[in-house]
Amino acid sequence: MDKQVGPSGLLINSQIKMKKASLLMMLGSALLLGLFFFPLWNIELGAPQYPEPLGLNIHINGLQGQSEFDIQNIDGLNHYIGMKTLPKPEDMWEFSVFPIVIGGMAALGLLMGLLGFFNKIGYPWFFGWFVVMTILGFLGMYDFNAWMVDYGTNLDPNAIMKLQNPDGTPMSYKPPLLGHKKMLNFDAYSYPRLGAYLMLVGMLLTLVAGYIGMTKKRVETKKIIKKTLATN
Amino acid sequence: MKKIYYVIGGLLGATLLYMGCNRAAGLNTNGALASSAAEKVYVAPGEQDEFYAFLSGGYSGNLTVYGLPSGRMFKEIPVFSQFPTSGYGYSEETKPMLNTSFGFIPWDDLHHPDISQTNGELDGRWVFVNGNNTPRIARISLETFETEEIIEIPNSAGNHSSAFITENTEYVIAGTRFAVPVPQRDMPINEYKGNFKGALSFISVDAETGRLDLKFQVIMPGFNYDLSHPGRGKSHGWHFFSTYNTEEANSLMEVNSSQNDKDFIAAINWQKIEEFVDNGGGTKMATNYAHNVYSHETHMGTSTMKNEVITVDPTQVEGAVFFLPTPKSPHGCDVDPSGEYIIGSGKLSADLTVHSFTKMLAAIEAEKFDGEAYGIPILSFDDVMAGVVKSGGLGPLHTEFDANGNAYTTFFISSEVVKWRLETWDVVDRKPTFYSVGHLMIPGGNSRKPFGKYVVAMNKITKDRYLPTGPELEHSAQIYDISGEKMELLYDFPTHGEPHYAAGCPAELLASKSKKIYRLDENKHPYAVTNPSEAKVERNGNEVHVYMSTIRSHFTPDNIEGIKVGDKVYFHITNHEQDFDVPHGFSIIGQNTSELLIMPGQTKTSVWEPKQVGVWPFYCTDFCSALHQEMQGYVRVSPANSNIELSWSLGE
Repeated sequence: MDKQVGPSGLLINSQIKMKKASLLMMLGSALLLGLFFFPLWNIELGAPQYPEPLGLNIHINGLQGQSEFDIQNIDGLNHYIGMKTLPKPEDMWEFSVFPIVIGGMAALGLLMGLLGFFNKIGYPWFFGWFVVMTILGFLGMYDFNAWMVDYGTNLDPNAIMKLQNPDGTPMSYKPPLLGHKKMLNFDAYSYPRLGAYLMLVGMLLTLVAGYIGMTKKRVETKKIIKKTLATN
Repeated sequence: MKKIYYVIGGLLGATLLYMGCNRAAGLNTNGALASSAAEKVYVAPGEQDEFYAFLSGGYSGNLTVYGLPSGRMFKEIPVFSQFPTSGYGYSEETKPMLNTSFGFIPWDDLHHPDISQTNGELDGRWVFVNGNNTPRIARISLETFETEEIIEIPNSAGNHSSAFITENTEYVIAGTRFAVPVPQRDMPINEYKGNFKGALSFISVDAETGRLDLKFQVIMPGFNYDLSHPGRGKSHGWHFFSTYNTEEANSLMEVNSSQNDKDFIAAINWQKIEEFVDNGGGTKMATNYAHNVYSHETHMGTSTMKNEVITVDPTQVEGAVFFLPTPKSPHGCDVDPSGEYIIGSGKLSADLTVHSFTKMLAAIEAEKFDGEAYGIPILSFDDVMAGVVKSGGLGPLHTEFDANGNAYTTFFISSEVVKWRLETWDVVDRKPTFYSVGHLMIPGGNSRKPFGKYVVAMNKITKDRYLPTGPELEHSAQIYDISGEKMELLYDFPTHGEPHYAAGCPAELLASKSKKIYRLDENKHPYAVTNPSEAKVERNGNEVHVYMSTIRSHFTPDNIEGIKVGDKVYFHITNHEQDFDVPHGFSIIGQNTSELLIMPGQTKTSVWEPKQVGVWPFYCTDFCSALHQEMQGYVRVSPANSNIELSWSLGE
């Protein structure tokens, strides 16, 4: 008699439990919610006369000063070089869309984990989620960088101080996307903060979840095939 | 002949050799000392000092803030004197702080700072100081380092045995140095004896707000109450005042007040008197004194006149007041950290008299009295004395303590600090001061918990210690390392005004809670502008109110027209900065007062009365930014009968 196992994927799936992978998937996507509580990114500006640097915490729903009055004080300094004042949440669509995207992806991830737990879906969904999230992450970074380029270069022509690079082009005040940059008397530092780290760990966990799911499926499939062969 | 030459040559050589050795030895020790002393006081650039020191400014009327061990001055806090640097006493908001029953008094003589305490230890909430000349007590916040309250003391004159606080800051105590008629009246001066009185004031301090209230005055015989200190630990509840002129002389006092072999230390059980007053004791006396309070919310001082004080006749409260005979016109009256020993410094003698609190209580218990003065029992000297320090110096004035049972006393006449042991009364060390030291200060040296690392001696005479600056010199302080058995002179530094007493505390007690800005959103000044769009100019008859805001680097508005000769123009200026150390200043040509220096979030007001037609500039006096020079504006002043409408603008 021919073996009726191989193509009958559904049958196999329903026999393979991915409890551990699914829990990891849920945990990983839940970690995204940290972005609602902790900043995603931080830009710090230190200078001789700012021994305690001014700092900007970037949350998914708006900007906050690292110390209470830092936004006002950064704006105060930026007016010399003709930079626009820092945006309020209502000034940028990102601050209303990002929470929806993050919330949506977290919810989707949780749902996938739940479905996986009850063997309704398989590990490829987990990978799918990870890929989508990675693309969204890169889009976000691209958008963030574009915003900084706009703020750093789109300056008031009547600015008090109009400085030029040695080659005669107007000086740009775009902070670095990641790392350190010297701008006039300021040292600008741009680094991810806790929210971003939680998100990265979360994404890593979903990747691990997919991988565990995949490995388990391979092993279990082999076992089932063996068992089926043996019984036959 | 040759022989003689040889001998002379030999002698000369020997002398030179001897001198050389001496010099070399001197250099060596000096060299070693100099380098280690330099290291001890050197606070490298960017580093901060270990202690705050608050030095009284004496006749400057103000309090100065220093760092120890560096001796660097950080701030002059205006208290009793007008201070054009910030506009204190010139701005409309701070003028009421200098109000008294004698009207506006722009100056005083500030002597004795004392930091608030809890359980006898420094707690760093406030520092209290006295105004000696027109008797006043001030409370200074140690968050803002600004004067928050000044209370005038009625029935007092030469408010010198002040401003000392009890060990839980229950009271700040202010005694009169000069006896005067109480209440004041027209009478012959030579009828002083028996008629003049010495009022000792007990001013309660609200535990939360620090608010002062003159609770009662003990009306003592007409001696001079020179200095005082609170009991602590076991003697908490008592306060000790040194006296002189128990002769009650009224003229040529330097001779006539120095005749008695012994004057007194007055021991006052204030807890008993407080209880007496709380139970309705004492007499209400009509009087008149000012109570001035500054609010950091409205940024404004208000002066209230009060017209009643409770006076207490000390003979009416049994067991509350005693005299301890103390030789030779005692000046300093200091209490050791345990509260057991009360040190009286007979300023015309060589010796210090130490009284024992325990022996005093026993003598009171046994009623071992040696007569009385105006109904107040005098305890027998031998029954209360714990010991005498045979100092070997002359003219002892003040004593402070370390935590290891050592006392440090200044000697004005012999110009030295003498270290001695409590209980054995042995002199351990002595070091000269340059010159003629008055008070000395060990951080916490007047509390249950001294920080005995340094002592600062404040000298009355400077002479050649610094480069000469004509006949008038600043005074000089000296810092000694007292961490070892022997004291070591580390450093000299000039001080401002005439420091009398000082108070010090560890830096960490204050540094972290020092305010950086005033919050604009908490500014409740009635003329504050919290948003530049609210800036405006209003006329009310010939009074013009300019509601102005400042931010780097412009005034809003900066062009004002429609002002007329004869107007009284109030510039109410709000600093909109919320960044640390960004004040803005304001001055206008022909201002009859001073500039204003306005801290972030603060509002201050200057009155300007233009007398001449023209266009008059005003500008920011504090270099606030790279565009500070551009921080300026104009006021157009038209003739008194002009019809030009009020108008104001920025950037049009």
